[in-house]
Amino acid sequence: MSASEGTKNTNTEPWGGFDDNIILQGSGSAVIDMENMDDTSGSSFEDMGEMHQRMKEEEEVAAEAAATDEDTGEDGEFLGMKGLKGQLGRQVADEVWQAGKRQASKAFNLYANIDILRPYFDVEPIQVRNRLIESMIPLRMIAFPQKIAGELYGPMMLVFTLVAILLHGMKTSGTVIREGTLMGTAIGTCFGYWLGTSSFIYFLAYLCNAQITMLQMLSLLGYGLFGHCVVLFITYNVHFHSLFYILWLVIGGLSTLRMVAVLISRTVGQTPRLILCGTLAALHMLFLLYLHFAYHKIVEGILDTLEGPNVPPIQRVARDLPNLASVVVNATVKSVAAIVHSQ
Amino acid sequence: MADVEDVNKPLFAGLSDVSIAEDIPVEGDIAVPVRSQSGDDEISTLDEPVKDTILRDLKAVGQKFVHVLYPKKSSALLRDWDLWGPLLLCVTLALMLQGGSADSKDDGGPQFAEVFVIVWFGSIIITLNSKLLGGTISFFQSLCVLGYCILPLTVAMLVCRLVLLGSMGVGGFIIRLVVVTASFGWSTFASTAFLADSQPPNRKALVVYPVFLFYFVISWMILTFSPSH
Repeated sequence: MSASEGTKNTNTEPWGGFDDNIILQGSGSAVIDMENMDDTSGSSFEDMGEMHQRMKEEEEVAAEAAATDEDTGEDGEFLGMKGLKGQLGRQVADEVWQAGKRQASKAFNLYANIDILRPYFDVEPIQVRNRLIESMIPLRMIAFPQKIAGELYGPMMLVFTLVAILLHGMKTSGTVIREGTLMGTAIGTCFGYWLGTSSFIYFLAYLCNAQITMLQMLSLLGYGLFGHCVVLFITYNVHFHSLFYILWLVIGGLSTLRMVAVLISRTVGQTPRLILCGTLAALHMLFLLYLHFAYHKIVEGILDTLEGPNVPPIQRVARDLPNLASVVVNATVKSVAAIVHSQ
Repeated sequence: MADVEDVNKPLFAGLSDVSIAEDIPVEGDIAVPVRSQSGDDEISTLDEPVKDTILRDLKAVGQKFVHVLYPKKSSALLRDWDLWGPLLLCVTLALMLQGGSADSKDDGGPQFAEVFVIVWFGSIIITLNSKLLGGTISFFQSLCVLGYCILPLTVAMLVCRLVLLGSMGVGGFIIRLVVVTASFGWSTFASTAFLADSQPPNRKALVVYPVFLFYFVISWMILTFSPSH
């Protein structure tokens, strides 16, 4: 924006200054050179076209100045006429130029916004693969801070994969959601967990003085979701509770341990470590448990896919929380009343 | 001050008269596709019957369908993109999936809006992802390619409905599974053939993965579809 203001000034100023100076001093070229110096000093960001255009304008000015210089002595009126005409033309040209430039900068800003995010997506396939594998290998190395790659491609893709798996689980379990779609719920759950937990842990890390940035937290937790994806993908299709618990402990535990190890290596002191890692581990493991049991398929539902929908399987009903609070309050009031009455 | 201009002037003056020596062979494709296409349109669209206009557009859409079904190296799908074909395919797919559980009480079946949103938002996310990874394809070109490449899946949906009309049971399910898997592979392959060229060669896998996921979700919706009873 400063660049555009700069050019605005340089485009409008010379004319005002020029008309004054030509009458006072009589030698226009010196004045223009001064202006010229002003222009070039601040124009590190100008592009070629703009510079070219301005130079052309300056040439015109120089030529005109030379012409008017010759005329000054002879005819004062002629100078006035010519100056007015040129000013009008230039004003129009200036306006057109400004409008064009505004549109161009708007289009440029759109692309610039994409460019802001581009460094976070700067990965090679082999790097992503290695990070996925590493997310399952907890390193017991807490003496110095472990490295966390600040990258968002892997986490984004893992979250979308989790959305797809969750959608699959919801559909096969016949989950019914009132006032919402399955798609919206799946996306909301996954992104909500990813962003929400990252922010919360980041906040805790700030309180506990851990050395971690928001970007690193997002990346760490995002890659931690790889274990969730694997476990849920298997257990939504193979229905053994014991298998789920084993996978939950082994795979979910490994990815959680990995994150915990990284966080421990970046935190100082026993209590902060305990708070931070305890919170993260609890949230991460419980989320996997929730995702599994909230949208788990009832085994009888397999018949639905294979034999057609003629036999309605045991359907889940929409979850309606009973009005627990009012019931409890009512019971308490009644019992209190009974006690008072008896006394 | 004068020497500043002297230094600058040859710099810009040189730009205008760039000349190439005769002995250097000049190579490259100088055909401008947009120009030739608009030149065709400019003939007489004002006084031609509406039928001709619609037929010509439909023919263009049909040609692109053929390109998708037979994905050889061709830039026709990229060069003059349109969103009519994707819209048509998306609406057809959504309408065919709609009948699933329209009359039953629960709304667990895929609904029109859901299919519509998945298709369009999915393609937008894939496009943004490919842009972020450094692809050189424009936004709408990518949308166009991804939309047209749903065609095999729409055909699979049609086959599935026909199979469901006829037989129910394990045999029908196996037929549906085979058809949907084949068309899923076809969709992914076709869109990769069109999109892969615009990507940096070492990152193709990263771009293909979301495309794979996108078509996988759609084909899974088609496979698990069962009509209302």
